[in-house]
Amino acid sequence: MENIGSTLTLSEARKKLKKEQQQLLKKRFFSNYSMVIGLVIVIFLMLLSFVGPYLTSYGPLDLEVNNRLQAPNADHLLGTDNFGRDLLTRIVYGARASISVGLSIAIITSIIGLAIGLYASYYKRLDQILMRICDGLMAIPGILLAIALMAALGPKVENVIIALSIVFTPYVARIVRSAALVVREQTYIEAMKAQGASSTRIIWLHVAPNVLSPLIVQATFIFADSIITEAALSFLGAGIPAPAPSWGNILYDGKLVIFNAWWMTVFPGLLIIIAVIGLNSMGDGLRDIMDPHYKKVTKKRSKAVKGKEEVA
Amino acid sequence: MSDVLLDIKNLKTHFYTETGHVTAVNGVSFNVKKGEIVGVVGESGCGKSVMSQTILRLFEEGTVEYEGEINFNGRNLLKLNKRQINKVRGNDISMIFQDPLSTLNPVHTVGRQIAESIILHQNASKKEAEEKAIELLRLVGIPSPEKRAKEYPHNLSGGMRQRAMIAVALACRPKLLIADEPTTALDVTIQAQILDLMNNLNEELDMGIIFITHDLGVVADLCSRVVVMYLGEIVEEASIEELFDRPLHPYTQGLIKSIPQLDGDRSAMLHTIEGTVPPLTRVPKGCRFAARCPFADEKCVASAPPVTEYTATQKVKCWHFEKILKNQEGIADVHTYS
Amino acid sequence: MSTLTLESSNEQKIESKETLLEIKNVKKFFPVKKSLLQFNKEQTYVQAVNDVSFSILKGETYGLVGESGCGKSTTGRTLLKLIEPTEGEAIYNGKDIFKLSGQELRKVRQDIQMVFQDPYSSLNPRKRIGKTLEEPLVIHNIGTPKERTEIVMEILSKVGLQLEHYFRYPHEFSGGQRQRIGLARALILNPKLLIMDEPVSALDVSIQSQILNLLKTLQSDFDLSYLFISHDMSVIRHVSDRIGVMYLGKLVEEAPTDELFANPLHPYTQALLSAVPVPKSGAKKERIILEGELPSPMNPPSGCVFHTRCPFAMDRCKMEVPMKKEIANGHHIACHLYDK
Repeated sequence: MENIGSTLTLSEARKKLKKEQQQLLKKRFFSNYSMVIGLVIVIFLMLLSFVGPYLTSYGPLDLEVNNRLQAPNADHLLGTDNFGRDLLTRIVYGARASISVGLSIAIITSIIGLAIGLYASYYKRLDQILMRICDGLMAIPGILLAIALMAALGPKVENVIIALSIVFTPYVARIVRSAALVVREQTYIEAMKAQGASSTRIIWLHVAPNVLSPLIVQATFIFADSIITEAALSFLGAGIPAPAPSWGNILYDGKLVIFNAWWMTVFPGLLIIIAVIGLNSMGDGLRDIMDPHYKKVTKKRSKAVKGKEEVA
Repeated sequence: MSDVLLDIKNLKTHFYTETGHVTAVNGVSFNVKKGEIVGVVGESGCGKSVMSQTILRLFEEGTVEYEGEINFNGRNLLKLNKRQINKVRGNDISMIFQDPLSTLNPVHTVGRQIAESIILHQNASKKEAEEKAIELLRLVGIPSPEKRAKEYPHNLSGGMRQRAMIAVALACRPKLLIADEPTTALDVTIQAQILDLMNNLNEELDMGIIFITHDLGVVADLCSRVVVMYLGEIVEEASIEELFDRPLHPYTQGLIKSIPQLDGDRSAMLHTIEGTVPPLTRVPKGCRFAARCPFADEKCVASAPPVTEYTATQKVKCWHFEKILKNQEGIADVHTYS
Repeated sequence: MSTLTLESSNEQKIESKETLLEIKNVKKFFPVKKSLLQFNKEQTYVQAVNDVSFSILKGETYGLVGESGCGKSTTGRTLLKLIEPTEGEAIYNGKDIFKLSGQELRKVRQDIQMVFQDPYSSLNPRKRIGKTLEEPLVIHNIGTPKERTEIVMEILSKVGLQLEHYFRYPHEFSGGQRQRIGLARALILNPKLLIMDEPVSALDVSIQSQILNLLKTLQSDFDLSYLFISHDMSVIRHVSDRIGVMYLGKLVEEAPTDELFANPLHPYTQALLSAVPVPKSGAKKERIILEGELPSPMNPPSGCVFHTRCPFAMDRCKMEVPMKKEIANGHHIACHLYDK
């Protein structure tokens, strides 16, 4: 039958094209250093937080009262804290807390922010209401708002996630809205209206895919930001409640003994820095990969031209 | 030949991009005489705009490389240093663009922008320059120029802006004006006004004009000589009569035939040139037009044709133009030229 | 349904065709935002389309020509209710499109499709061509996924594209190819009428002729009617059977194509025709150069909107709005010069 013939060649064409497009993506990916570096760091942290706990021989709450405040040694690679708990173990468990808090916040804010931004861009009245609320939330310094919310909700991991999601959602909504406003004016959206497509269909199937790239980029930055903010909250005592470990908690404990036990502040601090650098550089890389207009300026060519000019 | 104003010889413009090395203008040679309007025609991507911007070396140094000669007033523009070329720009050679709104500075009044150019190049006092600016606005046919000189570009309509742009370009009485699609964004009735103006200015000021456009109708209206470009090369150069009455290159012929005419047969299908212009990264090896040419054979695919001088004013870059011409003369009535 | 008789002037052949869509007294006024300081001022409007009436017959191409800002695109868009009209009627199948909503409007939108000017922004960059083309079928619940693919393949070949293009993204296509895709999208629902808003003005000459030829072929293959909106006199002459000339929101002249070009009556049409540059040697003809610029549609001139630029303007033109009247068979004009 004719149909079968055409579908066969169709699937062949699909395979060929997919391969081509995948190769192109691969090339773009690996020529993007900040993306590769960021991704390696993020994968390392993920492994650390989810596999790490099975590799340490101590528990995060195991007290060894005799071994308090030990400098890094063979038994305790990163030393112990002021209760004699193994610092490496606590950092590994803390990574799990910090990263899962960061990841959940990134996901939650993305979903809610996407919905708010899309609907705000599409309906003018709703836009006024939603954006004024966002403005109001953004007018209060993030950390203050988070502390106030934590005070109201009570210190619990879930509440940290809720509080920080409220703090960060307006930023996502803003970015999605401004991207969606541009997309909305494109002719292909008008074409969809002319076809008789419903608003819901246009918003979710035609506008949403076109704002995904700024959204994903923003989500990685929020991931990094919420790790810092969670640490700050814990450091101030308004975050994840002790004795559960988080990077902020460990820093808080370390603050008291900063002059006799440098390792308690340096190691968790270092990890926060690495995590944030990794996530930010991944965000930068993602933005470059997803932006079709992005053109990498190679230094080689300008050198080559200069060389030729000198000869001439 | 003392009346030659601009003489371009074997000009090449190379760009270095992410995707590789691209030659946007490949061996272009033509000249402009004093007081002459030369049209440059071609479709998008044929290199006509790149060529015009190369004349003033407007590309950022370091991403681009030039070859060949651009002789203007006995000097090779490609050999000048930065300060010297800056003196030529706006003073001896001016340029006007398609979109006047993005070329005029929105935060300065029209009068001031013209005056500034005069002060910059001619050492005039501010007052003199301003008076001259008003004079120029009157010259380009802007009504009540004293009032208009004090207005900002966004207050003017599209046609007025293009006139103001021309006034800026004329500020220093250039010897050569390069107009890059100056009427493309305008409506036909406004376009007619601007074309009229350009014609008058050309007669009054006796300056050479290079008029770049994709519209053959505009060329027929304004120019005395035409250069047809395709994919970075000149495929044909001819006087206006020769171009429309006896085009030699298959591409020129195709272009002319594919425009719907105001007195053509409406029921007939339009002539088409098959295919599309290939990207500059995939330029064919032999004749660049071979893939779309109905007359192409192995010779065309294998090697690029030379430029042949058919008459004193008509040159063509094609292997088979004589054969094609003979065929056509067999069918249609013979055009005779002295 | 009404029938209309029109006469082609040079052939003296009388055709009668059914009316497909009748547009009556359409107006579109866009309100201008007032600043807070002007709260006591009267609301002003941009009068984009002001009392335009014409009808499109089955199987014909109606050309709407005019310069930028004359309201031709707005007219096209109101017909699909992409822009809500201020006043007027558009009768299709005995019903007024402007009064329809919901399911009924969607049905009309299945029959009347639109092709847009900009081939670059009219395709969703994140969607493969196949998905873009299947979308209308999904919206209107036509066929199974497999059948939809078959329909898309058929349309692709009809507009001169290849089957492998199904999986490509828009950025992989040239302007001409994209316009073919736009055409395919408009044709996929088997419409009766295509509204084409400057479909070839963004294309190069050689590509333009390819698309114009394709439009002619498709018209006879699919038995289509076109509303062809353009600013290019030679293009509109080539494709249209009848032409309406618009100026500042008004339809100033309407006639069968050959009649209009042989015998343009309105001073604006005459000027427009004479301003078209002709690609021929020795074509430097006498042009009627219109003085001045298009007046602002926010504050159009009183009386005849053209009187500020008209070389034949009389006192009466400043006071009285000229009515549309029939001069010859099918040749309508709104101008005081032809009042007897």
